[in-house]
Amino acid sequence: MSEEMWINMGPQHPMTHGLWNLRVRVDGETMTAAEPIVGYLHRGWEKMVENRTYPQIIPLADRLCYGSSFTWSHLYCLAAERVFNIEVPERAQYIRTACIEMQRISSHLMWLAAVGTDLGSYTILLYGMRERELFLDLMVELCGARMTYNYVRIGGVRNDTPPDFERNVTRVLDTFEPRIRDLEALCDECETFRMRTIDIGKINAADAMNLGLTGPSMRASGIDLDLRRHDPYEIYDELDFDVCTHTDGDCYARYRVRMDEMRESVKIIRQCLEKMPKGPTRVKVPRCPPKGTAVARVEDPRGESLMYMVSDGTDKPYRLKVRSPNYVNLSASPAMLLGNKISDVPAIMGVLDMCIGETDR
Amino acid sequence: MDIDLSYQAMTMTAKQFGEMTQNFIRETAVATGAKKAIDKLTAPIWSWGQRNAIYPLHFGIACCALEMAAASAPRWDAERLGLIYRSSPRQSDVLLLNGWISAKMRPTLRRLYEQMPAPKWVVAMGECSVSGGPWYDAYNVIQGVDTFIPVDIYIPGCPPRPDAMIDGFLKLNRKITAENRGRFLDD
Ligand code: SF4
Repeated sequence: MSEEMWINMGPQHPMTHGLWNLRVRVDGETMTAAEPIVGYLHRGWEKMVENRTYPQIIPLADRLCYGSSFTWSHLYCLAAERVFNIEVPERAQYIRTACIEMQRISSHLMWLAAVGTDLGSYTILLYGMRERELFLDLMVELCGARMTYNYVRIGGVRNDTPPDFERNVTRVLDTFEPRIRDLEALCDECETFRMRTIDIGKINAADAMNLGLTGPSMRASGIDLDLRRHDPYEIYDELDFDVCTHTDGDCYARYRVRMDEMRESVKIIRQCLEKMPKGPTRVKVPRCPPKGTAVARVEDPRGESLMYMVSDGTDKPYRLKVRSPNYVNLSASPAMLLGNKISDVPAIMGVLDMCIGETDR
Repeated sequence: MDIDLSYQAMTMTAKQFGEMTQNFIRETAVATGAKKAIDKLTAPIWSWGQRNAIYPLHFGIACCALEMAAASAPRWDAERLGLIYRSSPRQSDVLLLNGWISAKMRPTLRRLYEQMPAPKWVVAMGECSVSGGPWYDAYNVIQGVDTFIPVDIYIPGCPPRPDAMIDGFLKLNRKITAENRGRFLDD
């Protein structure tokens, strides 16, 4: 005999990382239905930016996803550059790529810290946040802000790198690279961590593809798709890096993919610094773009993010559509949750790396 | 106590009797000025306890929540000031608001505030909760939390650095000390 009941988690719940609500139906302790409810952070971003001029949107794009603000403002500028039809100077492209990868590392570290607390290990949070500060310091040196950078501009970047920037980045990378091993030791060699992630929240490759999962969650199911390789933007086609995949499709595989990606990011930053040419970092742009549409997509730390821009020839965009990777990943979460125990919810949802700011827009 | 009252007392349940006695004691204490005197004597102890164990609600809303997390990370280590995040509103005494409040969130937030036991304080962190911030013309964002719950400390910035957040909490410390409110016989 069993009786089913609905359980509400959120909007204020330590597992949510942002404001959203997860309703699950449980039979005993096993989940039989799940229903994520979003919209608690909706602020009408897409409508709001129709009243802003093109440069004014950059800081707002920063605040779309606070975990990886750089990639979002970069994505916006990429789309705008395609509408404006301008070429970015090469040096700016290299700086952007290095910054995107630094942002990827700090986003993954933030994710690791959050997952650590979810799974009951405060130590992981402390170590993860400590390494994150290293990269935030570099960004402070570069553009003065810790989280919302407002550094990318349409047609380049705001300013050139400060003196000694390359030396500092190399130093940080030299410190950070061996410390990835420490972080892994904290997780991999912890029995509890493994018990709570291995074979939990499984999703196979076909399901992952059909549900539209992107990013590390999809690569953990064995699908080798990374926009940095398959639709290169900036200078990724000149760089040498691996796309990290795993085949298990469980929480542990998703965690492994992200850890491996951090190593790859370190590699990419080093190459960028090595090859970085001298030259200007910004070009002049006209106030109003020609009529037309453009689309740009990049590999965000959370998945594939896309912006579609329609310009009607004035100084404000006519329409700006955002495809947020997390919104789609979240809609795939019931498939991962079903059949697991209710105590696995923090592990599964934490490893998805929720960022509600971009989900609700 | 006259005869009528004792007759009532006989027909009362234990709970009602307890309430009546409590009210009687409180009213007597207030009327005779004993509450005032005891409050004056014990207030420094209350405020010492309150200001050194500030438990904010673990409630990450938006961007500023990351700075809140960074403040309890090793570099700033807010825990040395007694800032420990609690996950339940029943156990916390500061509501730290770090992000924009949408119209959908507003009733829930109001409820969270009312679930917290007194004494409670509200800290608005970041432009969004102070005044709407970058979303000043968004149709779904409440322009400042002080439009529906009282706010004690404002920490401006978008996002404020963790140092600024800690400074805000030190200001709250000073505010609690200055209030110097005794709680004798309060609930
Ligand atoms: S104040 Fe700025 S950084 Fe903080 S939540 Fe609002 S938009 Fe985000």
